[in-house]
Amino acid sequence: MTKNLRVKTSKFIDETYRISFKFNGKIYYGFKGDTLASALLANNIHLVGRSFKYHRPRGIMTAGSEEPNAIVQLHNKTARTEPNVRATEVEIYEGLEASSQNCWPSVNFDIGGINNFLSPFLPAGFYYKTFMWPASFWEKYEYFIRKSAGLGKSPTKSDPDIYEHKYIHCDVLVIGSGISGIMAAKTAAKNGLKTLLVEEKPNLGGSTIYQKSEIFKINNQFSGSWLENEINELKKLKNLEIKIRTTVAAFHGYNFLLARQNLTDHLPIEHRKGKIRHRLLKIRAKKVVSATGSIERPLIFDNNDRPGILLSSAIKRYVDLFGVACGEKNIFLTNNDTAYETAISLIQKGINVEAIIDNRENIDSKLLYDLEKNNVKIYKGFTVVGTEGYKKINKILVMQLSKDGQRVVGSKIKLSCDCLGVSGGWTPAVHLFTQSGGKLKFRDDDQIFIPSNYPSEQICIGSCNGDFTLNDIFINVPKSLKKFLKIKKTEYENFEILSEINKSKRNIWLLPSDKILGKTKSFVDYQNDATSKDIKLALREGFRSIEHVKRYTTTGMGTDQGKLGNMHALGIISETAGTKMGELGTTTFRPPYTPLTFGTIVGRNVGEYFDTFRKTPIHEWHISNNAKFENVGQWKRPWYYPKNNEDMYQAVQRESKAARDSAGILDASTLGKIDIQGTDASEFLNRVYTNAWSKLAVNRCRYGLMLNEDGMVYDDGVTTRLAENHYIMTTTTGGAANVMGKLEDYLQTEWPELDVYLTSVTDHYSTISVCGPNSKKIVSKIFADLDFSDEKFPHMSFKNTKIGQINCRIMRISFTGEHSYEINVQANYGKSIWEKCMEVGKDFNITPYGTETMHLLRAEKGFIIVGQDTDGSMTPIDLQMDWIVSKKKYDFIGKRSLYRSDTIREDRKQLVGLLTDNPEEVLEEGAQIIANVKKTPIEMLGHVTSSYYSPNLKKSIALGVVKGGKKMMGQKLIVPMENKLINVTISDPVFLDKENKKLNA
Amino acid sequence: MFLINCPFCGEREQSEFKAGGEAHIVRPKQPTELSDDEWAEYLFMRKNIKGIQFERWNHVHGCRKWFNIVRDTSNDEIKVVYKMGTKPPIK
Ligand SMILES: [Zn+2]
Repeated sequence: MTKNLRVKTSKFIDETYRISFKFNGKIYYGFKGDTLASALLANNIHLVGRSFKYHRPRGIMTAGSEEPNAIVQLHNKTARTEPNVRATEVEIYEGLEASSQNCWPSVNFDIGGINNFLSPFLPAGFYYKTFMWPASFWEKYEYFIRKSAGLGKSPTKSDPDIYEHKYIHCDVLVIGSGISGIMAAKTAAKNGLKTLLVEEKPNLGGSTIYQKSEIFKINNQFSGSWLENEINELKKLKNLEIKIRTTVAAFHGYNFLLARQNLTDHLPIEHRKGKIRHRLLKIRAKKVVSATGSIERPLIFDNNDRPGILLSSAIKRYVDLFGVACGEKNIFLTNNDTAYETAISLIQKGINVEAIIDNRENIDSKLLYDLEKNNVKIYKGFTVVGTEGYKKINKILVMQLSKDGQRVVGSKIKLSCDCLGVSGGWTPAVHLFTQSGGKLKFRDDDQIFIPSNYPSEQICIGSCNGDFTLNDIFINVPKSLKKFLKIKKTEYENFEILSEINKSKRNIWLLPSDKILGKTKSFVDYQNDATSKDIKLALREGFRSIEHVKRYTTTGMGTDQGKLGNMHALGIISETAGTKMGELGTTTFRPPYTPLTFGTIVGRNVGEYFDTFRKTPIHEWHISNNAKFENVGQWKRPWYYPKNNEDMYQAVQRESKAARDSAGILDASTLGKIDIQGTDASEFLNRVYTNAWSKLAVNRCRYGLMLNEDGMVYDDGVTTRLAENHYIMTTTTGGAANVMGKLEDYLQTEWPELDVYLTSVTDHYSTISVCGPNSKKIVSKIFADLDFSDEKFPHMSFKNTKIGQINCRIMRISFTGEHSYEINVQANYGKSIWEKCMEVGKDFNITPYGTETMHLLRAEKGFIIVGQDTDGSMTPIDLQMDWIVSKKKYDFIGKRSLYRSDTIREDRKQLVGLLTDNPEEVLEEGAQIIANVKKTPIEMLGHVTSSYYSPNLKKSIALGVVKGGKKMMGQKLIVPMENKLINVTISDPVFLDKENKKLNA
Repeated sequence: MFLINCPFCGEREQSEFKAGGEAHIVRPKQPTELSDDEWAEYLFMRKNIKGIQFERWNHVHGCRKWFNIVRDTSNDEIKVVYKMGTKPPIK
């Protein structure tokens, strides 16, 4: 079975450097320069994988990134494993291990292959029609689908490689280094433009570089030799950067492109350590030249997917560049001259070409005459109607085409072969162009879509623009470059070009067969197993839009995005529905052009660098005191401080009790702080808060509620008047940035006449809150000179003071309902003041508490948390906070919305307290609240927003929102859980100290 | 990702900015005088044009200034950038 198909030395292959690699567990050899595909073909291995749906044996079909079939898993079961890698793009290295996908238990014997015989039952839309109904069957199907299908396995260990992102700015970006790309890059760079040339393959020169034939000459040189000289000159240019193994993944507006530069995938694993694997290049180019080439089209006929069937251009690349023959008895099926080029290359190297089946009847081509001289039989006006050979092609069936090309006539001829090269002409690779927003036009002559108008400073040149021949390129590329780069002259004018190719083509999207369509399997999308029959079925079932047909048949929805077959799908739809191709449009190609690794996308933003996080100046103390942290926005806030193996519940119960019994201390530094100054500061606050501010005395504090213009609660916090025209506003931790943004918005856009200046000072101050009945004793010891008597320092008041040289701002405000003080100091002193509080508070069992205890304590008092008890649909009236809404003020943000017909409804969800009949039973936050279980459907009245076991009240307490709840005081409701119904009673949301005695205790 | 020419800082990447919706919607001076429908017109009704659209943007990770732009939503081309409080230079 394994024989050597390496035919002739190629300068791109280093035969002195042998490399061993494993495929499906077996060792093979290749040379430096080989791809996995070329090395496998050299070992006469075509069968590489199984197809997704029918599990049909599939082989290597192309020699590039458009490969639909030969996708493999690399280094299975290791941390570096990667699925869905195209064997045609993997450069082999010592120790490479690849295995087939989509096959179980093995590629040669595959259980799922039975789908192939079941295929009459697996038509287009099968997954939609069958698996969607009845829903209860899904679990059974899922097992079957997951076991026998699936595109590879994802790694289970973390990725050991390093990735990074890099910004690049250039004058001209050239994508693709084929002949047109090289001409463009050289022209741009020589004209003083900072140029970047990117090429997805490891070597420059596209398909021209291995062109060593009498049929293609530039100034009397072989086109390949000429290009080689050009590249050598190009490499000397100073303002040109060349990046190989670099694929442009996305082309966005404003010439912003993302490219993936592959730096280590071609190296043995042991050489990759410490090196960057992939680099995501974020490119801003003033001008972009797409020279992305074109992709050869396959042909659609019965059993056109067998291993051993390749694109004719791929066979040429394998023999010319890698020195590998894909078969020993080669036949071609073509509708244009491309296959002849390949046949000539094979014959030059002494490889047998049995026959060429050409759809065209009358062909006047020099290439054809050359081949006939070499005794190659040409079947003119014929087509292939079928193939044989399960794991590899061994026969083809040939018939004559009718005059109109719609039928086959005459008798069937059987020809044996071991490789069939197909060519259906070429499709310009306009993927990136269309991603950028470019529109296409249809060229009837050769049935291709080409760029029509450019949405940014860019052009497409060469075969991606429909210029396929050397003649076309040398006429059009210099012309386009001159206009685009605004230069007078290029080096490429008045060249003598020899290009023997005949441009005629006979385009038949779906080749006719002697069988009825229903009996054929002619694949349009190889990776997703969509056939021409599926497309016709979709049309019969009424789908018309190409986007709908695509989704129904899954054509073009594989990892290759249907780079080979999409045009045929369009063609078949056009022919069947009678719509012109140009009017049908194309489906959208979306980024990335070829799949990207997750590593490339995240770059260095992994682990602790995944997101920036903010820590308070007291953070280190929290860590050394065993705090567990909670993420609040980007902040790390102490959540609770477990002692002696306490769990969260136990710690929170202890902390909550200590805070009410004696003293608690909280790091409140994360609260947003906005410094507000200006002669109109009071007026400004009047407009942004629901309550009145003008009469607030200096050194006094007030709680404020901020609404959106729609009347819904947006944020809350205490604001202190520091001086006549100077306030400090506090906001919620998570809302700080948004509040700042909103205030700036109103100041700059609605009320520019107000003399107000805002400064965010959140990071400038450390805020320490000391609460509990002993809090006064503690702060009095720290600030011995300050009078803390209720007369001199009442609740909701403020004092400036000093501790040594350090300025302190102290507010007597409370979020727990306890007598408490908030100490604000310049951030750098935060930790030392905190430690001082701890030291002084020792005698009073001062207990540090985290956000969880804070939430519990405020819930006992019925204080809301914006974002927990509200969700952007609660007005202050819904929250039973009517007291804070000024009736006197003419206007404030959101006022008008408070009496819209919708906001005055009495059956809105309103905040209430909830007490469980069993005081030991704690409700789950988010649980639904209902009244009647018997009514169907059961009416959801609301849900639980906050719920705790209160150690101070020795019972379960909860807050919730209930439709019309305000008027339901004392009413019994039900919280239904999975296994039980919990009976609750609606209560006042204030559970503890309704008279606020503690605040002044 | 497009580039926006902040009138105060110059050309910066879109990621530094925050979009603020349709421009030139003035907050009513006397909201209490308005009917529900009139208030709803101000509060909720926004255009979503394919083509030329007037928008507010904020250089939120820069100078924090709000300004207006005229953008063609079909291709993201920014026709003109102008400061708050000034009349749109084009129609
Ligand atoms: Zn700016």
